Amino acid sequence: MKEIALRVIVGGVVVSGFALLGDLLKPKSFAGLFGAAPSVALATLVLTTMKDGNAYAALEARSMLLGAFAFVLYACTVSRMLIRRQWPVLPTTSIALVLWFGCAFGLWSALVG
Amino acid sequence: MKIKVDTTRWEQPKWYEYVVRFVFGGTVTALAGIIAKRFGPEVGGLFLAFPAIFPAAATLIEKHEKQKKERTGLQGVARGRKAAGAEAAGAWMGAIGLIAFALIVWLKLAHWPTAIVLGGATLTWLVTAVSVWEMRETLWRRWMLHVRTAHRLRTSVRR
Repeated sequence: MKEIALRVIVGGVVVSGFALLGDLLKPKSFAGLFGAAPSVALATLVLTTMKDGNAYAALEARSMLLGAFAFVLYACTVSRMLIRRQWPVLPTTSIALVLWFGCAFGLWSALVG
Repeated sequence: MKIKVDTTRWEQPKWYEYVVRFVFGGTVTALAGIIAKRFGPEVGGLFLAFPAIFPAAATLIEKHEKQKKERTGLQGVARGRKAAGAEAAGAWMGAIGLIAFALIVWLKLAHWPTAIVLGGATLTWLVTAVSVWEMRETLWRRWMLHVRTAHRLRTSVRR
């Protein structure tokens, strides 16, 4: 329980920090870079290396690589749907998460699993 | 397009927006840890690049742009959606940086000190993301110039 609370606090602080930085910058597309900042990864990897060691965290990073490929596909699709088709934001960004899951787990089962 | 620092958003901070981001970020970090413990680091690692906070962030951007437009008496739905789309366009370039980040951590973390690897990987993320953004901006500008020139030529030939 203590470990989960620590993860929530560290993760929340790092994510908010990158979000604050993104809010300061213009144009929107440049600020958007910070929407894909390694905030969750940094918080998790710091805590994981302290508890389970570097080899364990390196394994997480290998899978993160596949998650990042899925993120590229997710963000490309969302951007196209919002700019060209002007679909509503919340349903588009939420439903497209299915695409992330499909791509990430598809790549994972093909390459790792 | 020039990169600018806009501090006006910090002059009137909307704390609930940062609370939303804090909660989403903290939850995903905790979930990634729980999943890694239950299913192993190979599955848990996928969630280190999960766009969990993106829907909330994009919705907030849409809301801001819509409100800005409505203050001038115009409908802001299309503007809001385009702004969120521009943010998503930035996010895919940032995600390319995320690939570089993960690659460095995967290959170097077992051999080098943690602080150096994570610091170097974060710097690599930033440099990669900004370079991709800059390259895309340059190509976009050249493409628009090409389109405009072609349009002008076509119009003058018709005349």
